[in-house]
Amino acid sequence: MRRIGQNSISRKLTSVNMLVSGVALLLACSALFAYDFYTFRVGVVSNLSTDGQIVGSNTVSAILFTDQRAAESTLLALTASPHILNAGIYTLDRQLFASYRRGGKSQARRLPIIPAGQIEMHWFDGNEISLVRSIVFQGKPIGFVYLRSDLHAMNDRLKSYALIVTVVMLVSLIAALLISRMSQRVISAPIVQLAETARMISRQKDYSIRFPASSNHDELATLVEAFNEMLTEIQRRDTALTEAHDELERRVQERTTQLAAANKELEAFSYSVAHDLRTPLRSIDGFSQAVLEDYGEKLDSDGKNYLQRVRGATQRMSGLIDDLLNLSRVTRSEMHKESLNLSAIAKSVAAELQKSGPNRPVEFVIEENLVASGDSRLLRVVIENLLGNAWKYTTRHGRARIEVGRFQGDNGREVCFVRDDGAGFDPRYAARLFGAFQRLHSTDEFPGTGIGLATVQRIIRRHGGEIWAEAAVEKGATFFFTL
Amino acid sequence: MILLIEDNADDEVLTMRALKKHNLANEVVIARDGVEALDYLFGMGDHEGRDLTVMPQLILLDLKLPKIDGLEVLRRMRTVESTRLLPVVILTSSNEEQDRIAGYGFGANSYVRKPVDFNEFIDAVRQLGLYWLILNEAPPAVGKRLSDGSSI
Repeated sequence: MRRIGQNSISRKLTSVNMLVSGVALLLACSALFAYDFYTFRVGVVSNLSTDGQIVGSNTVSAILFTDQRAAESTLLALTASPHILNAGIYTLDRQLFASYRRGGKSQARRLPIIPAGQIEMHWFDGNEISLVRSIVFQGKPIGFVYLRSDLHAMNDRLKSYALIVTVVMLVSLIAALLISRMSQRVISAPIVQLAETARMISRQKDYSIRFPASSNHDELATLVEAFNEMLTEIQRRDTALTEAHDELERRVQERTTQLAAANKELEAFSYSVAHDLRTPLRSIDGFSQAVLEDYGEKLDSDGKNYLQRVRGATQRMSGLIDDLLNLSRVTRSEMHKESLNLSAIAKSVAAELQKSGPNRPVEFVIEENLVASGDSRLLRVVIENLLGNAWKYTTRHGRARIEVGRFQGDNGREVCFVRDDGAGFDPRYAARLFGAFQRLHSTDEFPGTGIGLATVQRIIRRHGGEIWAEAAVEKGATFFFTL
Repeated sequence: MILLIEDNADDEVLTMRALKKHNLANEVVIARDGVEALDYLFGMGDHEGRDLTVMPQLILLDLKLPKIDGLEVLRRMRTVESTRLLPVVILTSSNEEQDRIAGYGFGANSYVRKPVDFNEFIDAVRQLGLYWLILNEAPPAVGKRLSDGSSI
C-alpha cells in the first residue's frame, strides 16, 4: 500500500514528463517534416521545370526543321535523370513529335492546355508529377515539352525522416525518463518524506515531531511550514487540554478531600448525637420514673400526669434521634447492589408486623417473585417503612387488606406498589409526604416522627428510582416506586 | 461483685437503682474513667496492693470514657492473663455499627444499648444480672478465684 502510494506520484511525474517531451518532439518533428515536404516539392517542381526548359531549348532547331531524330536524341539525354519516367515533344497543334520513355509507362493521351499568360504548368497525380512547358522561339511558342517524373526521392526522404523521428523520440523519451527520475529527488522525494512524517505523527500521536525544513523557497517549503505551524498549534492545544484536565483533576481531588472531611465530620456529629444526646434523655426519663416510684404518693394526679408527659416526650425525642440517625445512615452508607427477592423481604416484614399485632384482621397479598436489583439492607428499610405505614394507617379500619405487587408502567418500567385500604390522605398534600419531619396526621391520631418516607425516598433515589403516591381520605393509599 | 465502669453520674445512679431493684447491687465497684478501671483490675495507682484474687464476676463497660476509652480498656484487659476471661458487657448509648464490631472484635461478651425508657433499662439490667451472675457458668479460673475469696 505504502509503496504504491510512493510510486504513484513519481510515476505520474514521469508520465507527465514523458508525455510533454513526446508531444513537443512530435510537434517539432511534424513542423520540420511539413516544412521539408513543402520545400522538397518546390525543389522537385523547380528541377523538373529546369529539365523542361533545357529539353525545350535543345529541341527548338529540331522542331523548326522537323528533325524528329534530333529531337529524340535530345530526349535521350534524360536518362541521366533517373526519376523521369517519360517525356515528349509536341508540336503546336498538340501532335506528338518525339518521345522518351523509361519503363512501360505510356504517354499522356491529351496534353492539358496551359492557361494564358503562363508558359508552363505542373500537376501531381498520385505518386507522380507531370509538367508541360511551351517551347518558345523568338518570343513565339513553337511546341510543347511534356515531362513526367516519379516521387520516389520524396518517399525515400519520408522514410528516412520517420526513422530519424523515431530514433530522436526514443532517445528523448529515455532522456525524459532519466530527467524525471532525477527530478523526483527534487520534487517527489520531499513529498514522500512529508507523507512519511505525517504518517509517523499520526501513528505515534507524537506532536512534537517536526517536518525537516526545506532549503528551497518553493510551495513545498510553504507546505512544510504550514504543517509545522499546525503541529505547534496542536501541541499548544494539547498542552492547554492537559493543563485544563489536570486542573479539573486537582479540583475534583480538592472537592473530594473536602467532601471526605465533611463526611467524616458528619459521622462524628451523628456519633455524638447517638451517644451524647441520648444520655441526658435517659436521665430525664430515669429520674422522672424514680420520682414517680419513690415519691408518687406525695404527688397529686396532675403531678403524676406531668411526669408521664415528660417521659412520653423523652421517648418521642429518643425515637426522633433514632430515625434521624437512620436517615443519615441511609444517605452515607455504601450500597451493595445484588439481585434480591422483594416478595421474600415483604413476607418476612409482614410476618413481623402480624406478630406485633396478632389480633388484627389484616390480610397481606404479596405477589410472588418480585425480583429486583438493589441493596438488600436498604430495600428492607423501604419495605419495612411502606408496610409499617400501611399497617399503622389501617389500624382504625377493622378488617384491612395490604397488597404488594408490580406492573408494567409507561415506557416499559417496572413499577412496584404497596397498597392499603386505610386512612389514606388528602392528595393535595402529597408533595409534603416525603419531606423529613412532615406529617399529614397528628401524633395523637397515628404515632410517628415523619422521617420514614423521607428515608424511603432517599433510598429509592440512591437506587436511581422514583417514588410517588396516590390516595384519598379514608380510601387507602398506594405507594409506587421504581428501582 | 460487679465492676461498673461509667463516667456519667446520672447513669451511675440509674444503673445502681436498676441493680438494686433486682437485688444485684450487693457489691458494686465503680470506676469513673478508663484509668481508674485498669488501676482496679491490675492493682495499680489508688488500688495498689488490692487483693488481686478478687476479680469482678461481671464488668459493665461504657464506651465513651475520659482518659482511656472503653474499647482500649477492653483491649488491655484481654491481653492480660488475669483479666482475659472476665465477662465484659458493653453498656452504651451508641448503636453505631463500628462500635459493635470493635467491641466484639476486642472480645466483649455482650453489647447492650442503654434504652432511653427507664423501664426498658431496668429490664435490660435485670436480664443481664440474671444471665451473667446466675445462669452463666464462669470460666474455671474466674470461678476458682471467686470461691477463694468474695461472694456475690
